[in-house]
Amino acid sequence: MTAEVSRERGVELLREMMFIRRFEERCAELYSAGFIRGFLHLYVGEEAIATGAMRALSPEDNVVSTYREHGHAIARGVPPGAVMAEMFGKVEGASRGRGGSMHLFDVSRRFYGGHAIVAGGLPVAVGMALADAMRNERRVTACFFGDGAVAEGAFHESMNLAALWNLPVLFICENNFYAMGTHLSRAQAETNLARKAAGYHVPSEVVDGMDVLAVEATARRAAEAVRAGAGPRFLECQTYRFRAHSMYDPDRYRPKEEIEGWKRRDPIARLRDSLCTGDLIREDELRALEAEVEGDVEEARRFAEAGSLEPVEDLLRDLMTPRAL
Amino acid sequence: MTTTTYREALREAHREALSSDPRVFLMGEDVGRYGGVFAVSLGLLEEFGDDRIRDTPLSEAGFVGAGVGAATAGMRPIVEVMTINFSLLAMDQIVNGAATLRHMSGGQLSVPLVIRMATGAGKQVAAQHSHSFENWYAHVPGLRVAAPATVHDARFMLAAALDDPDPVILFEHMLLYNMSGEFDDAARPVDLERAAIRRSGGDVSLITYGGSLPKVLEAAEELATAGIDAEVVDLRALRPLDVETILASVRKTHRAVVIDEGWRTGSLAGEVSARIAEDALYDLDAPVERICSSEVPIPYARHLEVAALPRVELIVSAAKRVVGSDG
Repeated sequence: MTAEVSRERGVELLREMMFIRRFEERCAELYSAGFIRGFLHLYVGEEAIATGAMRALSPEDNVVSTYREHGHAIARGVPPGAVMAEMFGKVEGASRGRGGSMHLFDVSRRFYGGHAIVAGGLPVAVGMALADAMRNERRVTACFFGDGAVAEGAFHESMNLAALWNLPVLFICENNFYAMGTHLSRAQAETNLARKAAGYHVPSEVVDGMDVLAVEATARRAAEAVRAGAGPRFLECQTYRFRAHSMYDPDRYRPKEEIEGWKRRDPIARLRDSLCTGDLIREDELRALEAEVEGDVEEARRFAEAGSLEPVEDLLRDLMTPRAL
Repeated sequence: MTTTTYREALREAHREALSSDPRVFLMGEDVGRYGGVFAVSLGLLEEFGDDRIRDTPLSEAGFVGAGVGAATAGMRPIVEVMTINFSLLAMDQIVNGAATLRHMSGGQLSVPLVIRMATGAGKQVAAQHSHSFENWYAHVPGLRVAAPATVHDARFMLAAALDDPDPVILFEHMLLYNMSGEFDDAARPVDLERAAIRRSGGDVSLITYGGSLPKVLEAAEELATAGIDAEVVDLRALRPLDVETILASVRKTHRAVVIDEGWRTGSLAGEVSARIAEDALYDLDAPVERICSSEVPIPYARHLEVAALPRVELIVSAAKRVVGSDG
């Protein structure tokens, strides 16, 4: 690990990553069992980024995310039951069951989606930051996206606008090296993503996305710079998804050795081993943590299962704001 | 009553909005230093400063999306897209973004965004600057779509759009900017869900919107000299359509011609015709006719451009046909 960590904080980070991991695995099981349908993109392997980066933000900051966002939502404090209920299509879900896995929203926690057009969230984040800049509000808008987004025009337009107008956006690129099934090297002529952001005068850093402490420390520095009015920052967190792109993906395009290599860098195992080595957690405490996580995930599932379906008569509700008569 | 041009009415509407609400700002390509490609915002940069009159780079997806974000965050952005053809570069942000966010978030988000853009043909600017895709936007649930076709509406529709909590797209036909006319302060506000009867008549309903309205009014005058009393319905609201006003007119005249600068296939004229067929078929004394643009990319050469677009004589002859086929 790159940094020392106290027992309390180490266990907290570990617990959250374990929770996200178990939550995602349970989603896969529930998908196979038919409780969850549509697209389901899992965050297994990438937990350190949401867990670390979200700690650099305050409740007043904005978060804009992608379609692989369960981990972001949970790390942001969206109740896991609401996330699960959303996937069950229940009205108790984060978005009343209208969005599903890809479109989680929780405005009370300033969690603004859940955008499933790759790079579509970036201009929105820029605009939210513009609103804050115009009102002199010291808020950071954190915008998560993947390496695939960097190939989109909207990425480049957003970098340029954010830099040109010195806007308080923290761009967090989760580079898992595959845009669906296409490796970065097969899709982008410049594979150094941080360099692309730097080309727009956005100060950029590359961080090991499998190291939660490194992610947190780097994100904290970047967020503080953004908050201080220094303009946008770009973080490239290098990571890997341990599972396929979605539940439909047979994952034929990744060499087994590559997957195994990245699994040896599992962010959870890494922090756990480091805590064990440093005598910050005992084996029995770990087992208790696992049981606790399992119980919390099960509680989320129960909440989702017990939920109700939005009445069909409400189909058109919230399409437009009701007009005052 | 105040006499002015459509362009100046729009400018005054912006000035009023910017003066009365600190959340309002204008952004788009060349809206500031240049004064707007159609000079709508000329002088506003000097008056309101470059924080509120924002020149953007040529990045339609970027700045329209930024408008979506700023609106979501509580501002009241007016985004000017230079022409409707360029708006296709921002269509993802409008259709996948602005239009979906409220419903998809279970009502948590509002996107009080106003997007203005020039539309239509007639300036010989050829096939990448002359089209009428209003129907594409009017197709999309979650958007409100309107087209000011008079100086009065140019003066007051913006305020109505800014008051609206949902995304509103306003289409300004580029041949209207120089048009002179009157606005009436006493007749505000404009209702973005109501069509307007621009000329009352009993023989045939001429239903249109936007840049075709002046042509239709001219056709109505010509028809009057031939003894045909045409009613002119200006849709104004393209989504939602004011079906009630359309049907009331058709039930009175029993005949309808729909004039639409869009291409006929899949057009707004088709939608209006379908509504009439669904709800007023037995009130009709003749089949509905449509006058639309020829189904070609709008060409540059003047004679070809004229040939491609709805024209007064075509409207007049269509009206005469439907009146003549009175059984």
